[in-house]
Amino acid sequence: MSAADFYVPESAGGLPISLSRVEKSFGALNVLGNFNLDIPAGQFLAVVGRSGGGKSTLMRLVAGLDAADSGRVGIGGRQVERLHPSVRLLFQEARLVPWQRVIENVGIARGPNWQETARRTLADVGLEGRENDWPSVLSGGQRQRVALARALVSEPQILLLDEPFGALDALTRIEMHRLLERIWAARGFTTVLITHDVAEAVALADRVVVLREGAIALDIEIDLDRPRQELADPRAVDLQRRILDAV
Amino acid sequence: MAETSVAGGYAAGESRKLNLKGLGSALAPWTLPIALLLLWEIASQTGLVNARLMPAPTKIAATFWRLLLDGSLFFHTLASTQRAVIGLVIGGGLGFVAGVLTGLWKPAETLLDSTLQMVRNIPHLALIPLVILWFGIDETAKIFLVSIGVFFPIYINTFYGVRTIDPQLVEMASVYGLDRKALVQRIILPGALPSILVGLRYALGFMWLTLIVAETISATSGIGYMTMNAREFLQTDVVLLGIIVYALLGKLADVATRAIEKRVLVWHPAYQVKPGSIK
Repeated sequence: MSAADFYVPESAGGLPISLSRVEKSFGALNVLGNFNLDIPAGQFLAVVGRSGGGKSTLMRLVAGLDAADSGRVGIGGRQVERLHPSVRLLFQEARLVPWQRVIENVGIARGPNWQETARRTLADVGLEGRENDWPSVLSGGQRQRVALARALVSEPQILLLDEPFGALDALTRIEMHRLLERIWAARGFTTVLITHDVAEAVALADRVVVLREGAIALDIEIDLDRPRQELADPRAVDLQRRILDAV
Repeated sequence: MAETSVAGGYAAGESRKLNLKGLGSALAPWTLPIALLLLWEIASQTGLVNARLMPAPTKIAATFWRLLLDGSLFFHTLASTQRAVIGLVIGGGLGFVAGVLTGLWKPAETLLDSTLQMVRNIPHLALIPLVILWFGIDETAKIFLVSIGVFFPIYINTFYGVRTIDPQLVEMASVYGLDRKALVQRIILPGALPSILVGLRYALGFMWLTLIVAETISATSGIGYMTMNAREFLQTDVVLLGIIVYALLGKLADVATRAIEKRVLVWHPAYQVKPGSIK
């Protein structure tokens, strides 16, 4: 399947994200201190780091779920004050609504023509014909596909992924990587992937940032050809080693 | 009554273990109740037990037939059912609204919950003397008591159901742009429904209990009145028939709730008949 097989909305494209001098503490714990990061429109950024390194906090700030203590979080040149309608978030768990069928989950916001849009997006993620299933009968990978479709229906310009593939088995994870890469290539939204899987970061991202104790320990471009093979490309192995050293 | 049905249930488990086939296994759960009925009949006929205090099953069956034909059984059952339903609608409706309100809106909880928790601990049947003083012995008194009886189970379980909604789903809903109304409609109420239905089943139990007591104290119609009236004339058969009718009405209410559960909780893994199409 080539990129052209996906539905590409007219509003395709991404928005830039910029954080400048951001501070965020929880009680006495300073999670992010004087933090600066610029993500150009359409970039696929992976944020790698240990648990408690501030990855999730960074994500919640960009999503508008939490507010920074000071500094500026901007999306498309504007300060983030609340949830931004062009930002969609994929959680670690699929967070499907159990009492809504697959198609109703995808069209959870019930926009105009939501059924048609949801059906088309489900086809994009390879779940054609599962529209009327209950979430409880789906496998873990299928649930994350539904969650991905739910994020995509509203044609987001920024997609945030908070370790959404962490709980999947290795084969399903590779399938999801390919799917995400293809959709991202077709639609061009800005993507921030939080992960502690270095191989995943190198397989998907244009750029990898390593977060350690609330600061950027490494900021590295990944200029491997796309679509990427997950097989051991010597350059990918070298990049993975460099990232691991910084974590 | 309750004991025989429990014993019947054990018998069913046994028969499944023995793997009896066809008619035999279908009838197996009924062997114990039927045996007990036979014993009862024989004991009553032979004078082992006083037939005036414990009339034979055949006598009760004859009474059932007589009261069915003269229309009084239907009349009293209808009167009781009407009170039960009206009380359930009023008390249950108020309990549901109060539960949703206190569950969703903190000021309502602060204002209402501790008061309601305090009132809840008063056995509502203790209010009977007061209720008779307030409303006399007409319909209002009985409907009032039933309403109070069903209010609390529904209130508490609705409140609990609303409060225990998965916060992750609520967060997801806000990230995906659901407004307050959509959140309540699509996430909170359906999520609270299993708990609300548990409340409903408890409420149905309280409903009949309250009604029995209320009708035996002051009424001119209803199953409770029928049995109390029969007691005056030592018509033990009618008393026993009344008890059986209550049991059947209770069972009917339970079957109805189960049917509702099965229908509205189709999404729930526990209610899905076919094994899921897991990849």
